[in-house]
Amino acid sequence: MNLLRFFSRPQQSAPAARDRLQVLLAHERASAGDSDLVNKLRDEILRVIAKHVQIDDDKVSVKMDRGDKVSTLEVDIEIPLDAAKKKVDPGKAGAGKKAA
Amino acid sequence: MGKVVVITSGKGGVGKTTTSAALGAALAQGGEKVVVVDFDVGLRNLDLVMGAERRVVYDLVNVIQGEAKLAQALIRDKRVETLYLLPASQTRDKDNLTPEGVEKVVAALKSAFDWVICDSPAGIERGATLAMRHADTAIVVTNPEVSSVRDSDRIIGLLDSKTLKAENGERMEKHLLLTRYDPARAERGDMLKVDDVLEILSIPLLGIIPESMDVLKASNVGAPVTLADGGSAPARAYFDAARRLKGEALPVTVPGEKRSFFGKIFGRKAA
Repeated sequence: MNLLRFFSRPQQSAPAARDRLQVLLAHERASAGDSDLVNKLRDEILRVIAKHVQIDDDKVSVKMDRGDKVSTLEVDIEIPLDAAKKKVDPGKAGAGKKAA
Repeated sequence: MGKVVVITSGKGGVGKTTTSAALGAALAQGGEKVVVVDFDVGLRNLDLVMGAERRVVYDLVNVIQGEAKLAQALIRDKRVETLYLLPASQTRDKDNLTPEGVEKVVAALKSAFDWVICDSPAGIERGATLAMRHADTAIVVTNPEVSSVRDSDRIIGLLDSKTLKAENGERMEKHLLLTRYDPARAERGDMLKVDDVLEILSIPLLGIIPESMDVLKASNVGAPVTLADGGSAPARAYFDAARRLKGEALPVTVPGEKRSFFGKIFGRKAA
C-alpha cells in the first residue's frame, strides 16, 4: 500500500483551490455590483415614502436574492405609529413587497 | 510632490507590515526620501518591525488632533538617513482617525517626501479605507492561499470604488505582491502558482517574495529585511520590487525556477 502511494502520482490540491476561487469570486463580484443597485433603490424608495409619511432611515431594509432563473427584491419598511397618523390607518403598519 | 502608496491586503498576517518596512527601506537605501506611516491605530507594529519602538513619543493621532507637530512625531531611521517612520497610536482607537485629519497629514507628507508608504490595517473598516483613500498607487499583498486571494479580490473592489482617485473617475494603479511563496510546494501542485493568482486577480505583478526564515530573523532584531540581510532571497526580491515601483521595466523571476537537478530531487522532500 505504502509502496503504491510512493509510486502513484500525488493528489494535487492547488487546482482545486484555483477552481473554487474562480467560481466563488465570479459570484462575489456579481453580487458586489448588486449591492450598489440595492443601495440606490433603497435611497430612492426612502425618498418616495418620505414624501408622504415620516419614516426612520434605519427602518427600511432592501434585500436582493439572486437565483439562477429569477431574482427577488424584498423591501421591508416599518412605519411608526405617530408618523403615519395622517396618511395611514392607526395601528402598526408594515409594508412588504416582492417583485421578481 | 511625492507618491502615496498604500500597502493593503484585507486579510491579516500576509506581510503588509513586513512589506511596508522592507519596501520603504529599499527605496530609501536607493537615496529616495521615504516615510512609512502606520495606520493600524490601536495595534501598531511597524515601529517594532523597524526597531524604533523605544523612540516613539508622538504618533499619527497626536498630529491629527493637534497635540503634536508632524516634525515631532516623525522618527528618523538610525541606519538609513532618508527613511522616516510615522507611528500609529497604541492607546486610542481607530475612531480618532478623521478623514480631514488624514487628508492634512498625507498632504503635508507628500510635499516633504518622495514616497509616502501607508501601512494599512487588516480588514475593510475605517482604518483600512482611510489608509487607501489618498493613495496614488496600491500594492495588494497576497499569499498563495484561498482566503488571502479572496480578500485581495475584495480589496481591489474597494480600491476601485472608495478611493479619491476612483471617485474622481481616475484609474487607481494597482500592483500585486505575492508573499510567502514556496516554489517547491507550488511545483508539487500543493500551492497556488504565480500564474493562478495573476489570472484570478488580474492586476500586474510587482514581485514575488519567497517564503524565508530571513523575514522572521529580520523582524526579531527590528530591521527591515533589506537592511538586516541585503543579500538574502526576500531582500533581493524587495529590492527588485522597489525598482519596479520606481518604474523600471525589470522582468519578474519566479523564485526557484532555475533549480538544479539535485535541487529538484532533494527539494521535493523539503518544506
